[in-house]
Amino acid sequence: MSERGEKIICRCNEVTVEEIEALIEQGITDIEMIKRLLRIGMGPCQGRTCIPMVISIIARKTGKSPDEIKLPATRIPVRPVPIGVLVGEMDEE
Amino acid sequence: MKSKADVVVIGGGSTGTSIAYHLAKLGADVVLVEKGYLGNGSTFRCATGIRQQFTDEANIKLMKYNIERWKKLSEELGYDINFKQTGYLFLATTEEEVEAFKQNIKLHNKFGAPTRLITPEEAKEIVPLLNADEFLAGQWNPTDGKANPFKTVFAFARKAKELGAEIYEYTEVTDIIVENNEVKGVKTNRGTIKTDVVVNAANAWAPIINEMAGLDREFIPIKPYKHQLVKTEPIKEGQIEPLVCPPAWNDSYVIQDGEDGGILCGTGLEYGPTYDMTPTYDFLREVLKWATRIIPALKYVHVLRQWAGFYAKTPDSNPAIGKINYIDGFYIAAGFSGHGFMMAPGVGEAIAELIVKGKTHVPLDWEWYDPHRFERGELRSTAFQIG
Repeated sequence: MSERGEKIICRCNEVTVEEIEALIEQGITDIEMIKRLLRIGMGPCQGRTCIPMVISIIARKTGKSPDEIKLPATRIPVRPVPIGVLVGEMDEE
Repeated sequence: MKSKADVVVIGGGSTGTSIAYHLAKLGADVVLVEKGYLGNGSTFRCATGIRQQFTDEANIKLMKYNIERWKKLSEELGYDINFKQTGYLFLATTEEEVEAFKQNIKLHNKFGAPTRLITPEEAKEIVPLLNADEFLAGQWNPTDGKANPFKTVFAFARKAKELGAEIYEYTEVTDIIVENNEVKGVKTNRGTIKTDVVVNAANAWAPIINEMAGLDREFIPIKPYKHQLVKTEPIKEGQIEPLVCPPAWNDSYVIQDGEDGGILCGTGLEYGPTYDMTPTYDFLREVLKWATRIIPALKYVHVLRQWAGFYAKTPDSNPAIGKINYIDGFYIAAGFSGHGFMMAPGVGEAIAELIVKGKTHVPLDWEWYDPHRFERGELRSTAFQIG
């Protein structure tokens, strides 16, 4: 549990539902800005866990349909890779 | 959407939002239009660094002033943008570079930037994981730093709105209305805004806006070059706090993100001119080769993300800042060549004061950054660019 709220949505960066709702209540409803101010989806899971939940929170709070909310860009690599593997000095674990 | 404004700013990156904020603060009725979301063009893709360590008087002085602005920016904007003075450390691999560092340091000191030469041992104290044996000396300025680009753009925009500015995202400029060489308005996909003053802060896309105003696309020859970054998982704070760069190693650098402690890794490999933003595997291999030579322990850290953005480069890597003499009411602040974020507070203030008061107290050398220098075939010494 985080001291900033009750329910964690982004486990990588410990962002709670309360923090997301607080931003939306301030008028920040664009997932691109919510992502960057709270660092949602920028951790090791690449947003696989949290982004769908963030979309449903935005949809619920703003009355938008989830289909109208565009997914933020997915960055490579899809899963974290040790640098040693990429520079050819280590085998993948 | 508003149908008229004193000033329309085109481009919602750090430069555009800073200009909008400073204009609103001076009482101007300002509208900012951005074709995507704020910051998406270049600012949100940058490596967060803020430095005075240039190799010419104009850029050193402008950045010295900017550091003073950055120090007070969180308080001024009422929002913590996480500016930290963690320094920039350049590293020499040859005696020739050590000599060049000494010359740079003289120049920095002359204009008030407290850069100094340090030993590899001192460098290792500052960056505990550094492969110090590879280097002969460091060019170190502890007053350089870094800030959070997301929060900075958000804070400029938020404060600008509080002061009465209107900001329209997802709004694309389709034409600039010019009559008798005077700005009359801006057409967008969401309607037309009447105005006498337009600021082109579109950086990589600035030539497209110039063309809409009837100027030749090559009049200010800004070209987009694709640069990239790799970000690792967070590591313990305090390991690589400054930006660390041995320029001889293809301008490669590493810096610990002041927000989450991940390591940002960049290098000089660029592609372009292009508007393509697809990350490349070649870059990943190149940047990590150098990053692990600077910090060998990075081998044991995971890469989380890789992305691309543009250096909007001019032929001398200095931005075009000022008034366009051919069209009354047309201003530009673009072509930052990788230095837009660090310069944003001072540049926004200078342009806003130029528009409202006709002059500025910001130590910005208008002649140096003159947008007309290219057509005169007059280039400045190349601004010191890394990554």
